Amino acid sequence: MGQTLSEKILAHAAGQPVARPGEILTCRVDLALLLDSGGPRRIWPRLKELGTGVWDADRIVLCTDHFTPAVDAESAAILQLTREFAAEFGIRNFFDMRGIGHVLLAEQGLLQPGMFACGGDSHSSMGGAFGCFMAGFGAIEMTGVVVTGEIWIQVPETVQLNWSGRFGHGVVAKDIALFLCRELGMENGGRVIEYGGETVRAMSVWERMVLTNMAAELGAETGIVAADEVTLAALRAAGREPAAEALQWRGDADAAYLDVRNYAADDLVPQVAAPHSPANSGPVDSCDKVRIGQAYIGACVGAKLTDLHMVAEVLKGRKVANGSRLLVAPSSSAVMAQAAADGTLATISAAGAYILPTGCGACAALGAGVLAENEVCISSTNRNFKGRMGANSAQVYLASPYTVAASAVAGRIADPREFLA
Amino acid sequence: MKIISGRAFVFGDDINTDVMAPGLYFKAPMAEMARHCLEAVNPDFARQVQPGDLIVAGRNFGVGSAREQAALALTHLGVGAVLAVSFGRIFYRNALNFGLPALVFPGAGLIRAGDTLQLDPVTGRIERPATGESWTVQGLPVHLMAMIEAGGLMPWLKLRLAKEKT
Repeated sequence: MGQTLSEKILAHAAGQPVARPGEILTCRVDLALLLDSGGPRRIWPRLKELGTGVWDADRIVLCTDHFTPAVDAESAAILQLTREFAAEFGIRNFFDMRGIGHVLLAEQGLLQPGMFACGGDSHSSMGGAFGCFMAGFGAIEMTGVVVTGEIWIQVPETVQLNWSGRFGHGVVAKDIALFLCRELGMENGGRVIEYGGETVRAMSVWERMVLTNMAAELGAETGIVAADEVTLAALRAAGREPAAEALQWRGDADAAYLDVRNYAADDLVPQVAAPHSPANSGPVDSCDKVRIGQAYIGACVGAKLTDLHMVAEVLKGRKVANGSRLLVAPSSSAVMAQAAADGTLATISAAGAYILPTGCGACAALGAGVLAENEVCISSTNRNFKGRMGANSAQVYLASPYTVAASAVAGRIADPREFLA
Repeated sequence: MKIISGRAFVFGDDINTDVMAPGLYFKAPMAEMARHCLEAVNPDFARQVQPGDLIVAGRNFGVGSAREQAALALTHLGVGAVLAVSFGRIFYRNALNFGLPALVFPGAGLIRAGDTLQLDPVTGRIERPATGESWTVQGLPVHLMAMIEAGGLMPWLKLRLAKEKT
């Protein structure tokens, strides 16, 4: 019997020929992503307590994104400590205030198909869009990774989701992700979600990253998309030559899947997840009477250049509704630069949107754009748990950048297809 | 590991990490964050919970973020163990790494708030003395017992590093 892509990667990382679901492996880590949130501020004191350093500075990528920019002495101190850690241990892949870590990994071409990678943040699954196995862990466990270069994994079952057909205009990967939260629920522990089919093959890596990012909301071990020419082109665009064997990292024809499901993209309509769960999703018209105060474009999942292009397409020649506000926090400096160069930022600003600094921002109630009691927000982010973006009674709806922009113009939750030619 | 004995605090399904460790208190010391632990779903929890008390919850307890403060807020408040129908994967690993027993208990729905429970986390035996009932669930994972017996990941790393030096 053959192996799935994830099984092959885990077997390789554990130095054995085969890995079967349920087996517990000790895997060697190819890359560890640390962020300012659960990174040095939590790990460095433990390294001091252990009297040790990091196992391999060149396999660590460190980014500041959760507490950027500093808004008070506490956040400034966290960023300062993060910088000191990078200097102390000689972390060359240190990206200070350049954007959100998960997006930077892609922009910098740091993920190769077949890699086994760990990140100190639940949305580390996003990296799986490059055909690697990348999963999120807590800072205590990342301490173990940083010290030993190893971590234990129970080999997950693989669930294969095949999407065929073409999206209608205004329907995107985020709509698939929200649809799947309802369809599969948020309790998919012990499973890897492998996304495939012609719809996924036709997506850019940036859209594939939306799917793997929100494997976290499915509660899965992680999400993954097998590498193809699109992946290799993205690596080359980032200035990295793909490894010679990159395309060999794929599941065997006779691999065993826990479940294989087929979906048609043609039938999908824009989705919205109502408070307070990503699984509380449905077609956009199920929420279309809801008036919104804030519309938010941000976070790892929802403020890449492709996302800003969707926003600008809706906003071109239109204005944000009176009584509503649109906040846009581009996910990286590179996104900001490209969006400035191609006119996207001008279109968005001309509509009356408020451009925020790059970073995780209001998604986790850490930066600008936090919500007051009872405020209603539609957001391109990935979680709408109670209190996630601020006050416990705030109502957060999740949607695609298209739908968020359309809602900002309408002042209520709106179907973006009404705004697209 | 010794027997854990305490009152049950009962929660439903999908209790997420953000309500255990709200982002608004991320920069505050743990003592302050812990005061707000679970307040969005039970405003009295942090005030009422006593050392050794147990959390009994439904499906997917700890779904969401990687923030280890979710598990740390519980240990800070003295929670003795978490019994749930199922767990969010990162929360589960964090809890065990901090020495907080987390056991899958399919019968969690049978427990009422305030019940006194006794738990042997190694054998997985759960008792409710008031009714004389008991349940046996899967104990702590065998492959992690060395780490758990050492007291968690940090003490285990200390042992490992000491061994490497000799």
